[in-house]
Amino acid sequence: MAGPDKAASPKGLLGWIEERLPILAFTKAHTSEYYAPRNFNFWYYFGSLAMLVLVNQIVTGIWLTMNYKPSAAEAFHSIEYMMRDVDWGWLIRYMHSTGASLFFVVVYLHMFRGLMYGSYRKPRELLWVIGMFIYLVLMAEAFMGYVLPWGQMSGWGAQVIISLFGAIPWIGEGLVEFIRGDYLISDATLNRFFALHVIALPLVLLLLVVLHLGALHTVGSNNPDGVEIKQGPKGNRWSSEAPSDGIPFHPYYTVKDIVGVGFFLIIAAFIIFFEPTFGGLFLEKDNFVPYDPLVTPEHIVPVWYFTPYYAMLRLVPDKLLGVIVMFAAIAVLFLLPWLDRGKVRSWRYRGTAFKIALGLFALSFVWLGKIGGGPGTDAAETVIGRLLTVVYFGYFVFLWVYTHFGFERTKAVPERVTTHD
Amino acid sequence: MTKKLSRTSRIALFLAGLVVAAASHAAGGADNLLPANTQIGNKGMLQRGAAMYMNYCAGCHSAQYVRYSRLAEDLGLSEEQVMDNLVFQVDAKFGDTIVSGLSREDGIAFFGTAPPDLSLVARSRGPDWLFTYMRSFYRDPTAATGWNNTVFANSSMPHVLWELQGIQEPHYGEPVDGGDPPVEHLELIQAGLVTPGQYDASLRDLVSFLEYIGEPAALKRQALGVWVLLFLAIFTTLAWLLKREYWKDVH
Amino acid sequence: MTEQNVNQGRRRFLTATTAVVGGIGAAFLAVPFIKSWQPSARAQAAGAPIQIDISKLEPGQLLIESWRGLPVWVFRRNEQMLQALPTLDEQLRDPDSSNADQQPGYATNPFRAQRPAIAIYVGICTHLGCSPSFFPELTPQPFDANWKGGFFCPCHKSKFDLAGRVYTGMPAPTNLVVPPHRFLTDTLIEIGVDPEGVA
Repeated sequence: MAGPDKAASPKGLLGWIEERLPILAFTKAHTSEYYAPRNFNFWYYFGSLAMLVLVNQIVTGIWLTMNYKPSAAEAFHSIEYMMRDVDWGWLIRYMHSTGASLFFVVVYLHMFRGLMYGSYRKPRELLWVIGMFIYLVLMAEAFMGYVLPWGQMSGWGAQVIISLFGAIPWIGEGLVEFIRGDYLISDATLNRFFALHVIALPLVLLLLVVLHLGALHTVGSNNPDGVEIKQGPKGNRWSSEAPSDGIPFHPYYTVKDIVGVGFFLIIAAFIIFFEPTFGGLFLEKDNFVPYDPLVTPEHIVPVWYFTPYYAMLRLVPDKLLGVIVMFAAIAVLFLLPWLDRGKVRSWRYRGTAFKIALGLFALSFVWLGKIGGGPGTDAAETVIGRLLTVVYFGYFVFLWVYTHFGFERTKAVPERVTTHD
Repeated sequence: MTKKLSRTSRIALFLAGLVVAAASHAAGGADNLLPANTQIGNKGMLQRGAAMYMNYCAGCHSAQYVRYSRLAEDLGLSEEQVMDNLVFQVDAKFGDTIVSGLSREDGIAFFGTAPPDLSLVARSRGPDWLFTYMRSFYRDPTAATGWNNTVFANSSMPHVLWELQGIQEPHYGEPVDGGDPPVEHLELIQAGLVTPGQYDASLRDLVSFLEYIGEPAALKRQALGVWVLLFLAIFTTLAWLLKREYWKDVH
Repeated sequence: MTEQNVNQGRRRFLTATTAVVGGIGAAFLAVPFIKSWQPSARAQAAGAPIQIDISKLEPGQLLIESWRGLPVWVFRRNEQMLQALPTLDEQLRDPDSSNADQQPGYATNPFRAQRPAIAIYVGICTHLGCSPSFFPELTPQPFDANWKGGFFCPCHKSKFDLAGRVYTGMPAPTNLVVPPHRFLTDTLIEIGVDPEGVA
């Protein structure tokens, strides 16, 4: 089957539909006729895995709403009702709670892949920015989802996060009241968070994912070598016009991704069936106590995927400045495509200082996450944490200085992608 | 495997290691707790624990999410056995949940605070905490109930198992920074109905039961999980073979 | 990497096997989602068998209790009513209760009851689910000049006799349902459970 098989246009009902709405042609163009670089490695599993988790969250989420009651009086009970009285309710709930955490595992690895291989660089700036919006919406989605069980961490977590907006001068206090819809975290807050969590944000998320994929398929996938396959030679065994270093996404990357899915599901199933709270990281102990506005738990700690930012917030001794630093830590990621002026994309061919800086950046993020998840009372930890915050932001400053002023010594980039197996 | 690939896998391993480290850190938690060594798969322990719960705890503590019918099913008991031996509630039906006879208002009047529902206490406190807590009551004439606790200071709960355990008295250490002297260890000054070893065994039964009612699904989920993992292993192997077959085109 | 090297048979076999195994997995995964729609433990507890004390039930009197959200009628027929029942056979659609879906085997008899005097029916018209009204007197009624006692559905005018048997020519297709029930004592009935020894 050399060359695309254009003669076989479908007949009958399928053909009738195809003439009016070319679903098959569309599907083909984005699967068997979408040419992806042939040298994807381990890091390229996480995009498809994120899609898988998204589907899981939507399906299990729909089923959770069948028994969940979004009211302060009933929310906690309704979750325990699912966990005990509804047939298999526990499994559906654990699939959702584990999925939420694994979503962030997958997304963080997916983002780090972008940093390693310069996937945010021209012409993929918009792809990266849309991805960052997905990340933002995902954080809002996760935060509101965590409020719904109406346990101690739900209520007090919401209290702390919403209070952040109170740091904004002039409008802060009014804004906090507006978000809560009350003078305290209450039924009104829970009810609107429910609406946002189950319908508004998922719709936005789906739209953004479609845009993300649309942008990806317009510019084409990057790869571990950072070589633009579209600029390389043309013609391969499937098509005379396609890049020589490209292979059809389907079947080659579909079958490869299924293997990734298999490994991922093994990890997910292990957590769901054997350690669903993941030692208190995925489901915190305090959240098994109903929310009590009069009793604060000893340690209020957000779920692990927020702890790096939470650590920064806590480490800055000024409320407004802390909030600014925290939001800046996320905002600065949006600017990456324009901060990085390097001549090559992939860290394989970048200067040694870049590799060290990226390593330190990843380390600062993970270590800050650990600090943010702790009680935050250790003086030494405070010093280390502030240093790590500087490292985090320092990465972006360094990247700009290093590349803009031409300090980077790069290695020769091969003309074609390389494979190692 | 070349240098570059092994580097990426090393990073992946590093990240995985950090996650595991963070998880074990979070799981560690409070110090000085004794291991409860619970066994939720042991029906005998759960049955004895259920009897203890109904006799000593259920008078004040509800377990509002726990149905008698579910207990019968999971503990391997018949409806008659449960209704005759475990249900002390007036007018309770087999499908009802465990509700204590003590109203919230009376609880506040008697103890200053309403005794909490215990359905989920093992999930919020952890089995080790419960086990250690129930061993750590000591005589304290200054406390309203006459009892205090080294794990949960000034707990408003009296020592309901004192007849079994006996009476402990504290030995104080040196005060730190001019504060109250800390309790260094507890000494049994009056023996209870059972030996300390038997008392610990009973507590293990009780805490196992509490852990079970915290998540009844735990009994099923681990047994099922083995099969799920087995299935996924087969599926992944097949998928890997399929991938290798197709990728012969590419390599 | 020439096409001649491709083993199409192996490729097809692996594709089919992976698809089948994946499909089996998906089917198993669907089970929890489908089963979660079953009545929950709470619903089952609420729908558990109920006990009805009939020691104070006078002849001709009707008692209505709720079981699984259904009105369950219990009434005691007097001699006159019992004697009237066999005389109606001609006018009924299913006088011998031959439709086994409408009553358990132990109520398949002329009186549709375990004990002739004690009638137990689900008070829901078999037409469209209204609850018929009780007219126990054997006296002419506005809707029937030859009324021999029974039930009259106000919604679509179906008539049933005092054994819950539907008259011919009525919109209701079948007799009223007899729920599973057993006598714990002579005066205590349990609804929702068959008698001992009946499957």
